[in-house]
Amino acid sequence: MRLECRVTGGDFQAAGEAAARVKRALRQVGVDPETARRAAIVAYEAEMNIVIHASRGILAVDISPDRIEVAADDEGPGIPDISLAMQEGYSTAPEHVREMGFGAGLGLPNMKRYSDQFHIESTVGRGTSVRMVINLPSKGSLP
Amino acid sequence: MSGLFHSVLLIEEKCRGCTRCIKNCPTEAIRVRQGKARINAERCTDCGECIRTCDNHAKTAITDSLERLKEFKYTIALPAPALYGQFGPDVDPDRVLAALIDMGFDDVFEVARGADVATLATREYLSRHREVRPMISAACPAVVRLIQVRFPALIDHLIPVDSPMTCAGKLAKEGKSRELGIAPDEIGTFFITPCPAKVTWVREAVKRGFRAVDGAISIASVYGEISRRLASPGSAPPRRKASGAGIGWGGSGGENAAVGLENYIVVDGIHSVIDVLEEVEVGRLGSVDFIEAQACIGGCVGGALVVRNPFIAHVHLNKLAKRFADMPAFTAEEKEELTRRARAGCFDMRQDIAAVPAFRLDHDVSRAISKAEMIEKVVKELPGLDCGSCGSPHCRALAEDIVQGLAVDTDCVFKLRDQVKVLAEQLFDLAKKNPSAMGAGPGPREDGG
Repeated sequence: MRLECRVTGGDFQAAGEAAARVKRALRQVGVDPETARRAAIVAYEAEMNIVIHASRGILAVDISPDRIEVAADDEGPGIPDISLAMQEGYSTAPEHVREMGFGAGLGLPNMKRYSDQFHIESTVGRGTSVRMVINLPSKGSLP
Repeated sequence: MSGLFHSVLLIEEKCRGCTRCIKNCPTEAIRVRQGKARINAERCTDCGECIRTCDNHAKTAITDSLERLKEFKYTIALPAPALYGQFGPDVDPDRVLAALIDMGFDDVFEVARGADVATLATREYLSRHREVRPMISAACPAVVRLIQVRFPALIDHLIPVDSPMTCAGKLAKEGKSRELGIAPDEIGTFFITPCPAKVTWVREAVKRGFRAVDGAISIASVYGEISRRLASPGSAPPRRKASGAGIGWGGSGGENAAVGLENYIVVDGIHSVIDVLEEVEVGRLGSVDFIEAQACIGGCVGGALVVRNPFIAHVHLNKLAKRFADMPAFTAEEKEELTRRARAGCFDMRQDIAAVPAFRLDHDVSRAISKAEMIEKVVKELPGLDCGSCGSPHCRALAEDIVQGLAVDTDCVFKLRDQVKVLAEQLFDLAKKNPSAMGAGPGPREDGG
């Protein structure tokens, strides 16, 4: 199944709503709690990155019996140096965002850490696309 | 259906089938069907929100009565700290404890004292387990149940320390059994409870053969009797052993004040607790060590089975906590012994808190995914007003119920109206058509048939 959520840059009031939708779906599908949590963290961090840095974007999540794919595509400033952005603690989030407790420089590193496959592409001045895959432990019935 | 016992239940004849409870239930466990509320046993956390929100008093909690004292050779009351808050700040806890003895109990063991033990065991656990943060208190049974059914990935964040009630029950039975030379099973321990979720916890534990606490009697049911006994001035023999900090556990913030950590959050009210747990679930709040989370606003003094206004009761409790602030909870020897036992796992309840996810659509993942897809389709067809008239809490929940075969789309009054309209138009069109024999139909065919 596919879930698509529009995410608006700078809208901190609605931030987390897309991830909440994803979480509800994962609960219903019955993905095991630990995998569901990894997917929730990844989706949330991807959503927050759009809210913090981009002007708008789409978070799309595909859930199938063997994997969860999370894709975040945004229109925004893009990332000039991806390897720098991937470092823990590195952040370009403005002060007012950090005051809200976001932008600690853990977003991208966490997205990579909690996913089994991680791919990022970015064009400065245009936007960023992140693709992540989380494998489900095993197919079929859960106990 | 599970064979799970629930304290919270519906009084059918009082239920008018309104939508108040379904809208307020934090786990969407209630539906109105055939004009009556139905509670889903797997999802219900016994938080008591529905008891509080029902204007018709159609929700109630099963608790034990004092009659049950007869089942035991010896009985011990385990009064919740919240009980002290029900009376004025000048009422000495000793007098409340004396009133309980007067009502038929052979002895008392304060749950506030159990809280002193839980404080010690919690500190002990947190200092030795640093791998997971934030850790969440497991003292509130409704919060524990909420995590089991809705946030199963957060089970590892629960501090697996017995609640003050269980600590009190264990120590009360153990001590008395030794002192009187009778079997622990002959001693009945009864929690004087502010909360239906505790009643459920007690019954479920007894079902598993674990009998630290044998029953739970609501504060509301003993309040009158105790007040009557407090009306005349008097003094009582000293029975209170709990520290001020232990008494403070009865109100939100008290637990953390007792445990004494710096990086903490205190959250009360089940809907706010959910908000915080949602954040923990997505990996936020990792810098917090300890979350004190209570389902009721104000903490246990706000329980569904109390009498006094929770805010006033909280003030009473804080005054008592202050008054006994300098009382050490334990002697040095007691502390050493309890710490040793805490380390040995005597107050560990990890086995009681397994995940019991209650939201999956199907045991088969593939089937669950197709159902989830159908839900997305169905929800688009619904008006999105979330009015609740269908008996499900909101349109998405109705979509889920439809896909699960528990409701039909015409349960939605707007869908029904649309269908009636289509039907009415068809009827109108049909009514205009006269049978040809009456002259208004299509004329006879030219060729004469």
